[in-house]
Amino acid sequence: MKVGLFVPCYVDALYPEVGVASYKLLTALGVDVDYPLEQTCCGQPESNGGFEDMAVSQAEHFEDVFKGFDYVVGPSASCAAFVKLNYPRLLHGKHECETAGKVMDMVEFLHDVLKVESLPGRFPHVVSVHNSCHGVRELGLSSPSERNIPVYSKIKNLLNLVEGITVREPERPDECCGFGGLFSVDEKEVSVKMGEDKLRRHMETGAEYITGPDSSCLMHMQGIAKNGKHPVKFKHVVEILAAGL
Amino acid sequence: MATRHSKAARLFQKNREKAEWQDNTLWGVRVKRDRMAKSLDEWETLRDMASAIKKHTVTNLDVYLEQFAENAEKNGIIVHWAKDAEEFNETVLDILRSHDVRKLVKSKSMLTEECEMNPYLEKNGIKVVETDLGERIIQLLDQKPSHIVMPAIHLTQEEVGALFEKELGSEKGNSDPAYLTYCARKSLRDEFLTADAGLTGANFGVAQTGEIVICTNEGNADMSTSVPKLHIAAMGIEKVIPDYRSLAVFHRLLARSATGQPSTTFTSHFRGPRPGGEMHIILVDNGRSRMLGDDLHWETLKCIRCGACMNTCPVYRRSGGYSYTYFIPGPVGVNLGMLRDGKKYHDNVSACSLCCSCDNVCPAKVNLSEQIYAWRQQLRDFGKEPMSKKVMSGGMKFIFDRPGLYNAAIGCSPLINAAASAAGYAGLGLWGKGRDLPEFAKESFHTMWKKGKVKNDK
Repeated sequence: MKVGLFVPCYVDALYPEVGVASYKLLTALGVDVDYPLEQTCCGQPESNGGFEDMAVSQAEHFEDVFKGFDYVVGPSASCAAFVKLNYPRLLHGKHECETAGKVMDMVEFLHDVLKVESLPGRFPHVVSVHNSCHGVRELGLSSPSERNIPVYSKIKNLLNLVEGITVREPERPDECCGFGGLFSVDEKEVSVKMGEDKLRRHMETGAEYITGPDSSCLMHMQGIAKNGKHPVKFKHVVEILAAGL
Repeated sequence: MATRHSKAARLFQKNREKAEWQDNTLWGVRVKRDRMAKSLDEWETLRDMASAIKKHTVTNLDVYLEQFAENAEKNGIIVHWAKDAEEFNETVLDILRSHDVRKLVKSKSMLTEECEMNPYLEKNGIKVVETDLGERIIQLLDQKPSHIVMPAIHLTQEEVGALFEKELGSEKGNSDPAYLTYCARKSLRDEFLTADAGLTGANFGVAQTGEIVICTNEGNADMSTSVPKLHIAAMGIEKVIPDYRSLAVFHRLLARSATGQPSTTFTSHFRGPRPGGEMHIILVDNGRSRMLGDDLHWETLKCIRCGACMNTCPVYRRSGGYSYTYFIPGPVGVNLGMLRDGKKYHDNVSACSLCCSCDNVCPAKVNLSEQIYAWRQQLRDFGKEPMSKKVMSGGMKFIFDRPGLYNAAIGCSPLINAAASAAGYAGLGLWGKGRDLPEFAKESFHTMWKKGKVKNDK
């Protein structure tokens, strides 16, 4: 099994440690991982802003870079969801889309494909799980709070394998943090207010760390926490799962 | 890049206390809705059925409308067809004039809001009295609904107390909800008794039986139709459903989704005129048949107007109903506004973080967020392409299309800041107050990989 590591653009530039943790964790679990150097961005930022046509060439490029792998795995639920749900349409009429069926978020891959049952590390801290919207409602990383289906969380299942950890969830467990890509620029007052509310609810759990499968949500809340001088810390869920590696 | 929605939302957020209150109140309705949804094992099956029934019905709309009209006529109801708002308003006025009506009592109807019927009738000398409590409050204030199910949700009980003191002569400083409701009821009782006609909306039109079904909590539709002898019902053509079996599905979903009640207090079936009275149904198209022909957006027609998408929408709860330029706010309002007139109502498509919560509460499984995403792609068709966003997106595309340039940009921090600036996150003041910019890493993952620094030593 050959896995292509997809490190989304903003993770690449802002949170390289999340990419490093992904690589370490996957290789520690015996996976053959490669990082194709030609990768750029999946095209979600322009598309959510209303310029999907500009993303078509990026989708084609992504296909070229990743189609030879068995799985394309990245530490960003939203980017994985974008490829999975939108690429077949973006590439419609050009050629069959291969990567949409291969792309997975790290949590999904660890939980559903590798079926990880133990992890080597220790993380003796209280964490609050940020259920990011596209992770919940597009990839099904946890059961959406709106639905009447059995309650589950792949994120919590994995985190609970880490020794010493205390896992909590905020009130309104999957309400949006207000990032939303260009939404955060278009509607900045509402976006900041959503972030402030979300951050407060995370902090009310008594968590030392806020963690989730999407660095973009964490980035947004981190900006608000820094602005308000709140000491709470942020870590991508993969960094915690890779603790000690 | 500010839209009219975002500017109005900024003003709404200025009153922090009221903004908090609005968010908590509406979230409270969402919580009640969740409790109801989770108390029925078959909830998700009901949603699937509702979606399928609506799809089937609008796909065969001509058949069901004819069946509905034919059966209604057999029941002694006079059926009218109106192609647009103008024709609808004229039909109502004609009926009222032919009966010498001077005062009309009405229960809540979003369709009459859509057609701006009240001002039209008043201009023509008819007094119109809203009898739904929320609608009555905003009528006295000369305001529009800020929510389709709870039209006066933007007002506090103190504000209503002050209004009733002025308009209905209620006790000074008394804003007890039970007392205020009593005052409204007393004043409305007089209006019911002296009205010449009653007008209602319709939650459902049952084709099999030719009847309409109205759900209220206040019984005001019943009062509006049981005192005056003349009943006019306004019904959008998408409200028709095949039969009682389908009604059973929708009835179980509607109140649970809307207010978190197992059922509305009153569910009234109107199948014909009262003895000695007259009943009219006006079937209104007003753009609906055009919506049906829209490949990307026809699903909006499945909406049963429960308002659940508003209560769950994190943006609606934090910006209020009046921040939207179309009279129906929230996720479904964004879509209905674009279907009505994309040139006029394009400002609302910014009011969505694409969190997809609305899709998951919708009892008819309307793909609301998917459609908002699609509308953003279509803005240029209306000549409303946001230029600054286009420039930003173009900048991103330019970099992302060139792996060499992307790597160079990501590889050294001054250029990273330039790229971030192209993305609008720095320098232009677009990131806004209340949050700090993210810090760029000293070395990107890419650079680390190339230098062989990404490895697993264990």
